[in-house]
Amino acid sequence: MRRFIEKSVEKVLMASGAITSLTILLIVVFLFRQGAGLFRNSVVEENYSLAVNKTNPVEKLTPEEIKNIFDREIVNWAQVGGLNEDISVFRLNDITSYVSEEALGEEMQFLSHHLSEIVDTHPHIIAFIPNEYIRKDFKGKVLDVGKITPSDFFAGKEWFPTAQPAPLFGLLPLLLGTLWVSFAAILFALPFGLAVAIYLAELASTRTRAVLKPVIELLAGIPSVIYGFFGLVVVVPLIQKTFDLPVGETALAGSVILAVMAMPTIITIAEDAIRTVPRATKEASLALGASQMQTIFKVILPYCVSGIMAAVVLGIGRAVGETMAVLMVTGNSAIIPTTLLEPVRTIPATIAAELGEAPTGGAHYEALFMLGVILFLITLFISILIEIISAKQIKQQQ
Amino acid sequence: MRQNIQKLGLIVLLGMSASGLFAQKIKGSDSVLPLAQKEAENYLKKNKQASVIITGGGSGVGISALIEGTTDVAMSSRKMKTEEKMKLRNAGKTPVETVIAWDALAVIVNPKNPVSKLTREQLEAIFTGKITNWQQVGGPNQKIVVYSRETSSGTYEFFKESILKNKNYMSSVLSMPATGAIIQSVSQTPGAIGYVGMAYLNKDVKALKISYDGKTYIEPSYANAKNKSYPVLRPLLLYYTKNNEQNVKPFIDYVLSAEGQRTVKEIGYIDTL
Repeated sequence: MRRFIEKSVEKVLMASGAITSLTILLIVVFLFRQGAGLFRNSVVEENYSLAVNKTNPVEKLTPEEIKNIFDREIVNWAQVGGLNEDISVFRLNDITSYVSEEALGEEMQFLSHHLSEIVDTHPHIIAFIPNEYIRKDFKGKVLDVGKITPSDFFAGKEWFPTAQPAPLFGLLPLLLGTLWVSFAAILFALPFGLAVAIYLAELASTRTRAVLKPVIELLAGIPSVIYGFFGLVVVVPLIQKTFDLPVGETALAGSVILAVMAMPTIITIAEDAIRTVPRATKEASLALGASQMQTIFKVILPYCVSGIMAAVVLGIGRAVGETMAVLMVTGNSAIIPTTLLEPVRTIPATIAAELGEAPTGGAHYEALFMLGVILFLITLFISILIEIISAKQIKQQQ
Repeated sequence: MRQNIQKLGLIVLLGMSASGLFAQKIKGSDSVLPLAQKEAENYLKKNKQASVIITGGGSGVGISALIEGTTDVAMSSRKMKTEEKMKLRNAGKTPVETVIAWDALAVIVNPKNPVSKLTREQLEAIFTGKITNWQQVGGPNQKIVVYSRETSSGTYEFFKESILKNKNYMSSVLSMPATGAIIQSVSQTPGAIGYVGMAYLNKDVKALKISYDGKTYIEPSYANAKNKSYPVLRPLLLYYTKNNEQNVKPFIDYVLSAEGQRTVKEIGYIDTL
C-alpha cells in the first residue's frame, strides 16, 4: 500500500513538471509566432493603398517618407525623387471637399468613380484609400510599398504605432531606453546593496540583523504601482528641482525607483554569497594579523565575487522586466536616450500601455508581441549569464 | 477598472437572463461607458422588465460590432467614418445616429504660467514640435514640456484630428497612462502643457482659452460648450440600425429625456437639451 502511494506521488510530481515545461514551451512558441507575423504586414495600413496620378514618376516610398508626407514635413515631390511640384494629400474623409454628398449617390455607389476621377485630375495628389474602392478601371497608379522589413523594425528609430497611413515600428528607442534605465539602476543599487550585504553578513549584531533583514525583505513585497506613485509624487519633483530641469519625468527618476526595487534582490543574494565564505578562510586572515576591514575587502569579497556578480545580474533582470513603476515615472517619450535627464520609453511600459487597444491580429498587435520576444531574449541571455557565473562559483568552491 | 466593468456587465447579464426578455447589447467607447452605465442603472430601476448589457472596448470596437450584428447599439466618441458607413451599407443596414451628450477637451498649463490663450495653429506647432519655448507664444523663456495621452486613448485620437489636423505628435511628447497622471504632472511642472476632458479640470491646473479663427478666444466652460462656441468639442453618440429600432428606442428615448440628460450633467458631460 505504502509503495503504491509513493509510486503515485512520484507520477504526480513528474506529470506536473512535464505540464509546466510544456506550458512554458507553448507560451514561447506562441510569442514567437505572433511576433513573426509582423513581417507579413504591408507598410500601409491593412486593406488600404496609396495611389498617385499616372504621370507621377515616383514608384516607391519608405515608411518614414509616407509619414512625413502626411505630416506635411515633406511638401514637395522633389524631396522623394519626383517632380518639383507641391504634394497635395488626400484621405477618404476629404472627399466632401472635392465632390458633394449628392454626387456620391444615395448608397455611395459613385464613390469609386469619383476617387478615380480625383486622382486622375489632380497630377500632384497622393491618396490614401481603401482597396475595395480601387476598381479595375482605376485611372491612378497604386504605389507598391511592400511589406514591413526586419530592418524597419530592428533599425527603426521612430515608434509611431498608430500613425496613418504608415505606422512606424522602430525598436531602437524602446530597446535603448530599457537598457539605459536598467543599467543606470544597477549602478545606483550596487554600491548601496553591496554595503548593506557586507554589513548584514559581517558587521551587524544579531539583534540589528533581526530587525534589518525583515525590513529589507518587506521592500520586496511592496507592489510596484506603489513605488510608481511614490516616484511620481516625490522623486520626480525632487529631480526636477535639483537639476533645474524643464521636466522631472526622466530616465533618472526611473532608475532611482528601479534601484530601490532591485535592492532587496541584490542584498539577499550578495549576503548569501558572503556567508558561504568558509569560517577557516576568515579566521586564517584574522590570525595573520589582518584587521576586520582588510579581511572583508582582501579576503571575503574576492572569494565570493562570482556570487556578487550573480546578484548584480539578477538585479538587472528584475529591472529590465519592471513595468508599472517605470510607466509612471519615465515620461514614456519614444526617443533614443542620450542623457539620464531625458524622458525614455521602455519595452514593458510600451506593451502594457498599448496592448489593450491594439486591434487583435493587426500589425500593431504583432509588433507588441515582437517586443515581447525581444524582452524574452534579454531575460534569457541574463539567465544564461547567471548559470555560467554560478557554475564557476561552484567549481571555485570545490 | 475594465475588470469591474466586465463584472458589472456580467451581473446585469445574469440578472436579465432570468427575465427571458430581449436584452439589448450596448458596446463601444470607454468615454461613453460611465455615462451609459449610469443611464442604464437608472433606466432599469424604472423598467424592471427591460434588460441592458453594456461593454466597453473603444469606439472602433463598438462600430465594428454593429456592422457584424453582435451589438444592438454602438457607443462612440466620434462620428462614423466614411469607410464604416460603407461597410454598414454593404451589410444591408442603415445607421441611425443620436447625439446623447457633448464632451469638451480643455488644454491645460501650470497655474504659474502667464500664458492664458493660444490659437489652434500655435497648439498644432507646440504638439508637433515646431514651437519649443513659451517665449514664442508670449510667455517666459522656458522650455515647453508637452504631455499627451497614450496612443490607445480615444482622447488622443480626437485631439490629433481636431487640433493637429491629423498630423502626428512629435516623438518626444511625454505619454501618460491616465488623465489623472496628466493633471498631476502638469500641476508640478512649470513649463507643462497637456489636455484633459473638461470634467476633470481642477484648481491645480489652468485651462487655456482657445481660438480656431485667431480672433476670438473661448474659455472652456459649461456655458461655452453648451452654446457650441468652444471649439474643441466632440459629440458622444449612440448608433443603431434602422431595422432594430423598436427594440432600442425606449432606452435611447430615456437617455434623451430630461431625467436622462440630468445624469449627463452629473457625470460631467454637457447635456443636449
